[in-house]
Amino acid sequence: MTSEAITHGGAMNPEGDGWVTPDGRHIGPVVLEVKNITLRFGGVTAIKDISFDIREGEIRAIIGPNGAGKSSMLNVISGFYHPQEGEIWFRGQKRPPMKPFQVARQGIARTFQNIALFKGMSVLDNIMTGRITLMRSTMAEEALWWGRAEREELAHREAVEKIIDFLEIQHIRRTPVSRLPYGLQKRVELARALAAEPKLLLLDEPMAGMNVEEKEDMSRFILDVNDEFGTTIVLIEHDMGVVMDLSDRVVVMDYGKKIGDGPPDEVRNDPQVIAAYLGVSHE
Amino acid sequence: MEVIEPRLDTIPHLVMRNAERFPDRPAYREKEFGIWQEWTWKEALEEITALANGYLALGLGEGDRVAVVGRNRPSLYWAMIAAQMVGAIPVPLYQDAVGEEMAYVLEHSEARFLVAGDQEQVDKVLEVQDRLPALERMIYVDPRGLRKYDHSRLHAYADVQAEGRAAHERFETELAERMARQGYDTTCVILYTSGTTGRPKGVVLSNRNIIEATKLSVAFDGLTEKEEILAYLPLAWVGDFIFSMGQATWTGFCVNCPENASTMQTDMREIGPSYFFAPPRVFENMLTNVMIRMEDAGALKRRMFHRFLDHAKKVGSRILDGRPVSALDRLKYALGNILVYGPLKDALGLGRIRVAYTAGEAIGPEIFEFYRSIGINLKQLYGQTEASVYITLQPDGEVYPDTVGVPPEGVEIRIDEKGEVHYRSPGVFVEYFKNPEATASTKDAEGWVASGDAGFFDAATGHLKIIDRAKDVGKMADGSLFAPKYIENKLKFYPSILEAVVFGNGREYATAFINIDLNAVGNWAERNNIAYTSYQELAAHPEVYAMIEKHIEEVNRSLAEDEKLSSSQIRRFLVLHKELDADDGELTRTRKVRRRIVEQKYADLIEALYGGKDRVSTETEVTYEDGRKGVIRATLEIRDVRTFPPAKSTKEAA
Repeated sequence: MTSEAITHGGAMNPEGDGWVTPDGRHIGPVVLEVKNITLRFGGVTAIKDISFDIREGEIRAIIGPNGAGKSSMLNVISGFYHPQEGEIWFRGQKRPPMKPFQVARQGIARTFQNIALFKGMSVLDNIMTGRITLMRSTMAEEALWWGRAEREELAHREAVEKIIDFLEIQHIRRTPVSRLPYGLQKRVELARALAAEPKLLLLDEPMAGMNVEEKEDMSRFILDVNDEFGTTIVLIEHDMGVVMDLSDRVVVMDYGKKIGDGPPDEVRNDPQVIAAYLGVSHE
Repeated sequence: MEVIEPRLDTIPHLVMRNAERFPDRPAYREKEFGIWQEWTWKEALEEITALANGYLALGLGEGDRVAVVGRNRPSLYWAMIAAQMVGAIPVPLYQDAVGEEMAYVLEHSEARFLVAGDQEQVDKVLEVQDRLPALERMIYVDPRGLRKYDHSRLHAYADVQAEGRAAHERFETELAERMARQGYDTTCVILYTSGTTGRPKGVVLSNRNIIEATKLSVAFDGLTEKEEILAYLPLAWVGDFIFSMGQATWTGFCVNCPENASTMQTDMREIGPSYFFAPPRVFENMLTNVMIRMEDAGALKRRMFHRFLDHAKKVGSRILDGRPVSALDRLKYALGNILVYGPLKDALGLGRIRVAYTAGEAIGPEIFEFYRSIGINLKQLYGQTEASVYITLQPDGEVYPDTVGVPPEGVEIRIDEKGEVHYRSPGVFVEYFKNPEATASTKDAEGWVASGDAGFFDAATGHLKIIDRAKDVGKMADGSLFAPKYIENKLKFYPSILEAVVFGNGREYATAFINIDLNAVGNWAERNNIAYTSYQELAAHPEVYAMIEKHIEEVNRSLAEDEKLSSSQIRRFLVLHKELDADDGELTRTRKVRRRIVEQKYADLIEALYGGKDRVSTETEVTYEDGRKGVIRATLEIRDVRTFPPAKSTKEAA
């Protein structure tokens, strides 16, 4: 493999490991690396020997046709699936098998392909649940809502209000999630993931089923999150236009295998990728 | 000459007076992060002075124009007052204007500084900056997304203020001198009219105009420093300027800014304004929402609601006007107030209203009566940018749904031989900026302004009645009067009709374009199990057509009763496949229909309305929110509507 400095097309980061993107964002050293991951469900191999890394501050896309194993890959990173083979390295340390909540505590948050919010709860309450990993008060304190519990809730509420402001959902603060249109529910899910103040944010098809305007809004929010909080983002997406515009590097999967990895322009012109996505012309 | 009290002749002077007289009264509130943030007059003066010094540090000169664009926020009001402090002229812009429209105003006003609310506005200006050689510096309020922009000409609002605070002593004398040079005859603001025709014109209003108009309106309704208003209408609109800048600083009342446009209703409920202005559209929407929600309520509640509203309709306005009402009816009304009207007013955020105004377009009489009947002192006024708003207002106790009231003290009105309304007042504008021809054709040497509206004084009440824009009033082929807006207003009263455009000038019969209200019709469709995927599909649905047809039929019936208008009954109509939109130039930014443009753009549809076909295919260009263009194709149905023979034989026909 050629060195990173050549493939990403940007200038070297003055600090050495990483680079500066053409639009002036700093991409840092590797935060998470998956090495030779293989995941099987009985006889079916969902992921075959996949390795790639995620660098600090970058927007990393995972693309591929349906059933390529993209969501499984995300589930491996979030600790929901445990691969039969391979290793996950997080911040320079090999990660032991972990439960999803332990992964969440490490600063990895996610959204789901089919929205997984508490439908009957208000937007505000849903986002508050995103802060659970950051809450310290005990159940007894919470019940009495006294001292630490009260102070904590106020601080968390403030953090949540900043996210509500950031994602421009003030008008639905008190609305039960079930009454919201799909596009807004997706935004609430993003808000809840952000509430955990993640270092690494996993987005599973954040734009699926949206119209053009909603997609544009969501793209802007993703860029803003990355820009404003410096959050590293991994996203699965089908819309190639979106992927090309948003991401710094793209992993391409097909039938559980990695068939491409690099900056969007390079990946787009890769014959293997074209074959997987568009079929091969026989002339 | 009147004697001008010292230090009350500019808005900055008024703010200084307030900081002394009511230092701890709230001057501005803004909801942010779910909480109302508050600034007292003393704090507001400090913020404004800091920004003014910051402007000086950046080299803003006297007479320079400072464009201001964004949603209603205290910081943007301060940006305007600070500009006035240093002798510059604020030019507020419509925040939803697309780049092209904004470029025109910035270019024409030759603004040197621009204060923008957020990244969206900054981006719009950056896109057209090549055409704006005069524009030197941009200041933004909300830094989000802007951190990585080139900051050689771009400044954060907070930084400019910080610099101003640091340079406070250095500029103390200069600021005082500059403020002293401002007075009644210097320019207060330039407001660009959105205009239903042609390019916007910059209306130059002096401090005299604004403050005198403020004084006469404050006296008319007895406004005090205790009022609470909600500032949610565009900064660039003269009404907001008079309410939130003129009246607020003159009386010292508090200006409340909602969190954003979509939370306005909730924020209004929290604030409970005592003085409220809204265009008819807002009152219509509020009523539509209430009616939709009531349909979902339980049977008992629904019956109670309708029963008491019927009673209110009978006696509500009479009670409000202080006319005699029987004791029993009063008792019943009082009960209704506890059970229905009170809670309803609270839910609408109108619980503390003392005075509410509507203007801009005619309001449907039924809507108007509805609000009055539940005890809201809703009145109409008639105004223009060129008059610093006020031409006529309805006095308490003399409120009629179809008039716009009487001129307040200081305003003179005359009607010319063609029926056009002319007025003269201390609020009459100085000139159109850089447009002496337009100034000369609107304002004569004695200060009379041609309003462009056709109207007359009602013999019975002595109030002014406005029929339509003078140039829109026409004649049908048979010579009878054709006043399109009158008919459109009747149509728009139906909650399912958002917008209507009626044609018929010089024709044998009248026809109409209808825009359905997606909110109301969508809800109705849901209730009646009508499936639809898009606006276009819903608009073309036969059942929707049937409903609209029924509404038009009712309008025709009421037109038939009026001898003069019976020949403008609508014979054919179609439901448009897209909403008329300001981005496509079909509406003004204040959402008035631009008749000429609609006529041009949909010429093929109008032709079809007057042809014999019952279907027409069309292609329409649309502009998306980001400024890109697209095309909608549609085949529209044209329907005939039943018309009714004029007045005398109505009974048999019905």
